[in-house]
Amino acid sequence: MAGTEQTMPKTSAQPSGLARLWEGISILFESKIAVVGLLIILFWIFVAIFAPLLTPYTPTEQDYTAQNEAPSARHPLGTDSLGRDIWTRLIYGARVVLVVLPVTETFWLPLGTALWGVLLGLLVGSTLGLMGGYLGGWVDEVVMRLLDAMMAFPVVLLYMIIIAAVGASATNVVLAIAIVGTPGIARLVRSLTLDIRTRDYVRAAEVRGESPWYIMFVEILPNARGPIIVDAMLRVGYAIFAMGTLGFLGLGLPPPSPDWGSMVAKGRQYILSGSPWAALWPSVAIGSLVVGLNLFADGLSEESTRYQ
Amino acid sequence: MTMKRHGHAPILKLRNAAISYETRYGDIEAVRNVSFQVDRAETFGVVGESGCGKSTVAFGIVDFLGPNGKIVGGSIKFQGRELIGRSQEELRKLRGDQISMVYQDPMQALNPSVTIGDQLTEVLTVHRGIAKKEARGKSIRMLERVYMPDPANVMERYPHQISGGQQQRVVIAMALLNNPALLIMDEPTTALDVTVEAVVLDLIEDLKHDFDTAIVYITHDLGVVARVCNRVGVMYAGEMVEVGSVEAIYDAPQHPYTQGLMRCVPKLGSTKESSILYPIRGRVPAPKDRPEGACIFAPRCDYSTDRCHNEKPQLRELSPGHSARCFYSETIDPSTWRPPDGLVPEFASRAGGNGQEPIIRLKDLKTYYEQESRSVLSLVGLGEKLYVKAVDDVSLQVPPGKTLGVVGESGCGKSTLAKTIIGLETPRAGEAQFLGFDITVPVSERDVKLIEELQMVFQNPDSTMNPSYNVGHQIGRPLRRFNVVPSDQVRDEVVRLLRAVRLDASYCDRLPRQLSGGEKQRVGIARAFASRPDLVLCDEPVSALDVSVQAAVLNLLMEIQQEYGTTMMFIAHDLSVVRFFSDYVAVMYLGHIVEIGPAEDIYAPPYQPYTEALLSAVPIPDPTAEQKHIRLHGTVPSALNPPSGCVFHTRCPRRDLLPDGGKICEQDVPPWQHNSDEHRIMCHIPLEELRKMDPVVTSR
Repeated sequence: MAGTEQTMPKTSAQPSGLARLWEGISILFESKIAVVGLLIILFWIFVAIFAPLLTPYTPTEQDYTAQNEAPSARHPLGTDSLGRDIWTRLIYGARVVLVVLPVTETFWLPLGTALWGVLLGLLVGSTLGLMGGYLGGWVDEVVMRLLDAMMAFPVVLLYMIIIAAVGASATNVVLAIAIVGTPGIARLVRSLTLDIRTRDYVRAAEVRGESPWYIMFVEILPNARGPIIVDAMLRVGYAIFAMGTLGFLGLGLPPPSPDWGSMVAKGRQYILSGSPWAALWPSVAIGSLVVGLNLFADGLSEESTRYQ
Repeated sequence: MTMKRHGHAPILKLRNAAISYETRYGDIEAVRNVSFQVDRAETFGVVGESGCGKSTVAFGIVDFLGPNGKIVGGSIKFQGRELIGRSQEELRKLRGDQISMVYQDPMQALNPSVTIGDQLTEVLTVHRGIAKKEARGKSIRMLERVYMPDPANVMERYPHQISGGQQQRVVIAMALLNNPALLIMDEPTTALDVTVEAVVLDLIEDLKHDFDTAIVYITHDLGVVARVCNRVGVMYAGEMVEVGSVEAIYDAPQHPYTQGLMRCVPKLGSTKESSILYPIRGRVPAPKDRPEGACIFAPRCDYSTDRCHNEKPQLRELSPGHSARCFYSETIDPSTWRPPDGLVPEFASRAGGNGQEPIIRLKDLKTYYEQESRSVLSLVGLGEKLYVKAVDDVSLQVPPGKTLGVVGESGCGKSTLAKTIIGLETPRAGEAQFLGFDITVPVSERDVKLIEELQMVFQNPDSTMNPSYNVGHQIGRPLRRFNVVPSDQVRDEVVRLLRAVRLDASYCDRLPRQLSGGEKQRVGIARAFASRPDLVLCDEPVSALDVSVQAAVLNLLMEIQQEYGTTMMFIAHDLSVVRFFSDYVAVMYLGHIVEIGPAEDIYAPPYQPYTEALLSAVPIPDPTAEQKHIRLHGTVPSALNPPSGCVFHTRCPRRDLLPDGGKICEQDVPPWQHNSDEHRIMCHIPLEELRKMDPVVTSR
């Protein structure tokens, strides 16, 4: 039919899903900081997954003949006050953060404690944010005031209150991370929702008489995903910090599990006596992983907003 | 004008200018082979559809292209001096001193946290080194020159405290303060209402004479060009395809693209038959898809030959001052042009409907928005409630299969009316019936059977589709929700709907961002018609589209309407489009319908004074048409506190027709006067008096 727009010859073929994915990845590689961040993250994920293959020791194996040793050929990063290999403890510690969530002694879930914490926070925070932003009115008022009240507590204090109440375990750390992260996520999602709900496609759904839940989760949420993903990256960084903090205060995973925070706390006493290794390496580990996540998130948000 | 051009050097002269942008896919030449010149006291219009490079030309003149744009060839001479190759510092001086720019959105050009007085005087104190006191005096005088009411007072205000039209006048005043030799205006009236636009266009016309300024006027609106420009350059896909005087271009366009453009612009005033629109087939190619070594318009041209596809035509002078970029300008006779088969749907006379039971009936409908007063009491919920009377006492009815156009300026309540009917707002009082059902309840409380008969087409093509889902999914959703077809046939039905809006089945799997504006709007129409509704509300469905696409979408809507026998309400601010599209027209002002009737009657006397003013403000794409000069002054009053009596009395230009200057207009709500069965006017002026008025538009 003449007089229509599709009579123009199509110069480019329809890009397939795979091609689009590749396009997204190639955009990512244009940002140097995103690539650096990604490499750091991938390094930690790699060593965490293959931990048993990368060391001859186990994380709890003690060697009383080699306490507080400096890095050597036998112990690449040295040993701690009980003669445990720090490298081994580091990479096993990374497992808990990034790869597995030990629920009980025998049962564990894939993905790490930090990731589960953020995911749970996302689930609750997004729902609350969507409700506040889309439904508005008294729902918004009640939800947001409650979250404001939570935000009024200093973060560390909040962590301590929660862990003190429910006890120290990996699942409770997940819970604490989720609870502390929820208000921030809810605020972000709410502000995105307030913008997106004015779009015509949301009105079109309302005109069709769709339910509020359909509109919130099917029409609005997918279009808020960009900023939410970037925010989630940063939050994984915060969660790792939080785990370090809790471990340092003795509220993290119960000893003798290889927890980065508690490793710093333990090693701290020996810094001035000439063996800083036990405190230094876990600090570097926490720092590098958080910086890596931040770089990745920054690069991601920068590249995704540059070409719109 | 031609005399002048030989008199002295032109202010601005572009020769074969080319500008390209650096992108991720390599350099893209956005503009090439652009040549034109502008003389003192002349307005040169640059017209074209979006994406054809008009704004790039404007920014290129002052090398304001951003970090990734650069001028790659040709010459740009300002007062005889070459601009290309100058340092940014020199250009910066020039921009402030001798070249000024006015942009589309005045709020972006004005600093919201500085008073207008300070912003104006700063121009003089910084660029000219004039003392503050003197600068202030000059600024006030300049505001007077742009017809700003009460300039001394305006100097003390902040930008948000004055209306959009006044803001644009401040921007123009600011641009003129340095007495620039060249003024570049980029769509300066596009964001304004039609009555405000008319006043600003008058101002621009006066300025040209008063200040002896050369103006480059960039716009997409052929009507505006006809009103303010002396000469016009038509741009298509980054090239200038035709240059000539306004009269020549509109009377005897020489390039097939210009001819096509003229055919797809709705013209006001003529009869309904003569206002059939003929879209240009195909679409503007993206910069990277433009044909090389060939005529860029050839793929869409009805006259193209092998030569057009193999050789690039040059801009050549056909008569003094009129050139076109076409090999066959002399042989093409636009008067013998016939639309190719299928370009325009057959318009059967839309008989029937008269005397039938109306499908929708509103009676004294009121929709108010509640607003808390600013007292302390309202903080605890005890304050006095104030109401924005967005829709007030609206009564209307539409027979089945007909189209009612609703026109009015922004803020007149036409969108609220649509929202009330569709159920997104709940009316406060009045009756509303659709197919005999009560529709004063919100959509969430309506029966699914009722919801599927009442659908809507939206304004903004960029937000009408959810960017996360493909086209097939989005058209399929209403089919599934309303069980229009069994679920295993949804895909077939989607394809059928896509065909109905002239898109092929391959569009099913596309995401909205892979579609052009016109295509998105077509999908939006397909989605609205998916449940085979009895009534479709169209909220400005074409106002964000280019003229050639607009024509295609309008024709499509009419065709589908005929096929399905759907009733439509068509909300628009563009009176020419409404004329073309509607059987009945309702004119709204400040929440009230002030005139309603069959389309022919609305566009002919007797007029309600507001209708008359609206019609005389519409820019007509015909420089020979005679149009009454009626301008509304002041601004639309707040709907929070509408004027007593007749809502229009504060701005009515016809009040003096009544004894003692229309005192009655301030006191009493005017009665409905019936000109015919279906045509009624709300006014105190007797019908006999209104009948005596001349038609607003007479075209020769």
